[in-house]
Amino acid sequence: MLHIVACIKQVPDTKIIKMNPKTNTMDRRTAPAILNPYDAHAVEEAVRLRERYGGTVSVVTMGPPPAVKAIKKCIEIGADEGYLITDRRFAGADTLATSYALTKAIEKISQMNPVDLVICGKMTIDGDTGQVGPGIARRLDIPPLTSVNKVVEVNREEGYAVVHRKLEDGFEVVRSSLPCLLSVEKTINEVPYSPFPNMLKAAQYQPHIWSVDDLEDVDIKQLGLKGSPTIVSKVWAPPKPEAGEILEGNPREQVEQLLSVLLEKKELFSSKEGV
Amino acid sequence: MDFQDYQGVWVFIEEKDGEIPSVSLELLGAGRKLADKRGVELAGILIGEDIKHLAQTVFEYGADTVYVYDQPIFKHYRTESFMKALLECSNKYKPEIILFGATSTGKDLASAVATDLPTGLTADTTELDVEEDTGLLLASRPAFGGNIMATILCKKYRPQMATVRAKVMKALPPQPGRTGKVIEEKVSLKEEDIRTKVLEIVKETTKKVRIDEADIIVAGGKGLGSAEGFQLVHQLANALGGTVGASRDVVEAGWIEHGHQVGQTGVTVTPKIYIAIGISGAIQHIVGMKNSGLIIAINKDSEAPIFDSCHYGIVGDAFEIVPVLIEQFTQALSKEEVSHVGEV
Ligand SMILES: Cc1cc2nc3c(=O)[nH]c(=O)nc-3n(C[C@H](O)[C@H](O)[C@H](O)COP(=O)(O)OP(=O)(O)OC[C@H]3O[C@@H](n4cnc5c(N)ncnc54)[C@H](O)[C@@H]3O)c2cc1C
Ligand SMILES: Nc1ncnc2c1ncn2[C@@H]1O[C@H](COP(=O)(O)O)[C@@H](O)[C@H]1O
Repeated sequence: MLHIVACIKQVPDTKIIKMNPKTNTMDRRTAPAILNPYDAHAVEEAVRLRERYGGTVSVVTMGPPPAVKAIKKCIEIGADEGYLITDRRFAGADTLATSYALTKAIEKISQMNPVDLVICGKMTIDGDTGQVGPGIARRLDIPPLTSVNKVVEVNREEGYAVVHRKLEDGFEVVRSSLPCLLSVEKTINEVPYSPFPNMLKAAQYQPHIWSVDDLEDVDIKQLGLKGSPTIVSKVWAPPKPEAGEILEGNPREQVEQLLSVLLEKKELFSSKEGV
Repeated sequence: MDFQDYQGVWVFIEEKDGEIPSVSLELLGAGRKLADKRGVELAGILIGEDIKHLAQTVFEYGADTVYVYDQPIFKHYRTESFMKALLECSNKYKPEIILFGATSTGKDLASAVATDLPTGLTADTTELDVEEDTGLLLASRPAFGGNIMATILCKKYRPQMATVRAKVMKALPPQPGRTGKVIEEKVSLKEEDIRTKVLEIVKETTKKVRIDEADIIVAGGKGLGSAEGFQLVHQLANALGGTVGASRDVVEAGWIEHGHQVGQTGVTVTPKIYIAIGISGAIQHIVGMKNSGLIIAINKDSEAPIFDSCHYGIVGDAFEIVPVLIEQFTQALSKEEVSHVGEV
């Protein structure tokens, strides 16, 4: 029976976020909080593996109390248990401090039920780094496998997994000992609409909520802002490029002007012969 | 931690099928500037099997020193083996800055190394600078889905690390014959110590598009309405001898594969000509194409933000404009060719 932990995060939907142009900060009211889209694929893959091999899927997140909603979303996808670690002392964490806190949570989860596989999304749409997954793997001292777009086999008895890692021009088939950590691509699966019974279960579900004090052997100095080597020193709006010339006239006239612009670069087009 | 002990700028050099990919050469260009400003050495770090000869290329693109780990155990990239080499090298020679390409390998390796050192790591940097006197790295990157730029610092730890996006830095023109110091190192690592094994590498046989290498890109957006409408982009690209690009919404709609996507979560491109058709010009798209030589936009909405980021704009319906353009261009080009032949 496998125990798979998926790491998930609640994020502001950066697609529709509005920025305050004066302060260059997010106007959080304009951005609904959603489950990081990449993490939905991580949970879905965990659920599929459980269906194949049997076992338990737990999800874990570090975030503010409203992140319970993202956990419920994962229960809808099919996760069995959810853990939220939430505490002021976690606030302001960069990827190094985030991976530290999550590792402490996974270690605690593992004490109750040993973890075989940790699955992360490729990246978050707010942090946007993809660094947390490999960071957790190093701290747990298990092999990190990033860019995974297929899980071929997980063999708990013999203690190995075989996955495909996406490369620029194909993929590689990699075998790793268990436990290991996978960061999965969006292409690994499609997340279907949640089955109705899962929705019902999610509506009732109460996740486990832990503070720093519920975790063991925590070095407070490695948490949150204090434990973060990187700091944001300055934010600014990306410079607006200068507007160019609008070509006036009817379509034919517009095209004629455009053509003369293009033909100034005619050396580029000569290589086209024979294509 | 005594910062005095940490000196020099390093670039992790990737290797692919016996060659150094352009992103590593670009980083040498960027690293050279930082090193010169600080008055320190620029070093490349090469890890692989039978890769020693590549050191020459690394020198020609600007490095003073190359650290080489050439052992069979490095035949395939694996986080655990490469990480060991880089950690040992960094702890022994103590650079103040290490740069990696923001490629899948570069990000994987940098994340693992930064955790073990430990130190700060800035992801997907698009601008780099260094404080001359303190050596503080100023690594800037788009944040919150490209809505803002942020400068990230790592004040209390050394080395400072960053992954850097391909195609935003410039490689120096190579200086043939330029040489430097090769430092060969070895790790004592047995195959059994590594918990992962690459069983097989499968190359995709269909030729992959490399929009990042194209001189001419014709990119289409959601404004083309449908997969059929998007064919217009292919037609113009064919006529111009260009490559097809796309906005994310087009990729998400399934009109074309992700390899064609330009922008923050796609590819950064710098063609000589970029033609955007039916693309609104969201910031996440603009960051991926703004350094193109000549940007032309065709959009029926005169208020579309793309017009703030182009050299020439046409406000109009793509389905009216583009067919005329294809026709006139083809005519003009055949005339050109005739006159060319005449000159010879
Ligand atoms: C984290 C994040 C990352 C992102 N990364 C990327 C990325 O890498 N690349 C990217 O492109 N986007 C990215 N986006 C999405 C981006 O914000 C925009 O949603 C997207 O670029 C819009 O695509 P579009 O211009 O094709 O579509 P739309 O915004 O729908 O624009 C269509 C345009 O076509 C015009 N039009 C309609 N009909 C015609 C016609 N007949 N002739 C001419 N013009 C016409 C319309 O006026 C309109 O301006 C990202 C978003 C987020 C949040
Ligand atoms: N606060 C968090 N809680 C749980 N998982 C996280 C958190 N932040 C990041 N992750 C995981 O790490 C992956 C990469 O995140 P990032 O490095 O922020 O791009 C995400 O897809 C998640 O799986």
